[in-house]
Amino acid sequence: MELKTKINAVDGKQELVITRAFDLPLELLFKAYAEPEIVEQWMGTKVLKLENKNHGSYQLETTDPKGNKHGFNGTIHEFVLNEKIIRTFEMSNTPFGVQLEFLEFEKVTDSTSKLTMHVVYKSVEIRDQILKLPFAQGINMAHNRLQEIVNQLK
Amino acid sequence: MNLRRDVFQAIADPTRRAILMLVTTQSMTAGTIASNFDTARPTVSKHLQILTECELLTAEQSGREIYYHLNAKKMKEIADFIEPFRKMWDDRFNKLEDIMKNYKPKE
Repeated sequence: MELKTKINAVDGKQELVITRAFDLPLELLFKAYAEPEIVEQWMGTKVLKLENKNHGSYQLETTDPKGNKHGFNGTIHEFVLNEKIIRTFEMSNTPFGVQLEFLEFEKVTDSTSKLTMHVVYKSVEIRDQILKLPFAQGINMAHNRLQEIVNQLK
Repeated sequence: MNLRRDVFQAIADPTRRAILMLVTTQSMTAGTIASNFDTARPTVSKHLQILTECELLTAEQSGREIYYHLNAKKMKEIADFIEPFRKMWDDRFNKLEDIMKNYKPKE
């Protein structure tokens, strides 16, 4: 079976490419990135700030079960409606530094679309560390998600 | 005693990656492997030692010769290490897709 989400990470390179085929029209796919309320839902983070425009910036935040807040932020270099977003991304208080992201949104048919996310890291080592993160964080992330659901029930 | 080596550190080196490529098709002796490189023989030996320590290569005695061959199982582990990262994005994108399929524009 063809995977909908693919990662191409060539050995020894400080970049990777994530591609995903969506069963959504291009406009709806792009909207999921453009509107803060929708970003919050699928990213599972709080959006503190999202200026989707050239030279804008954004700030996201998650709260872990212990109540610690984890911040994410970046600058939006270029924002072209239904076409592309070029931005930086950084996890605050981590040693990984800033990564550069090129997001390209394409129409495939009237009801399907494709996203290509080209991510460039500071070094090969940092890219490989980030690739290995989900191994360690998988369990924590599941807890966070659970906590969020429980909090919504309160 | 040597410290246990990191597989990813092992494949970060271009010569070691070239060695792995070489033995993909057939087992080879250290001498045959070394003859494919301009690098000094002891340097190649050192690379072989590292690759063997992290189990990417298996050394097998055959008569007076030692043949090195690829440990396919270990190589697969490397290929699989991206899988949790891919899964993380796949889950996120599935969620995005679900949300947008039910999206009703605000009036």
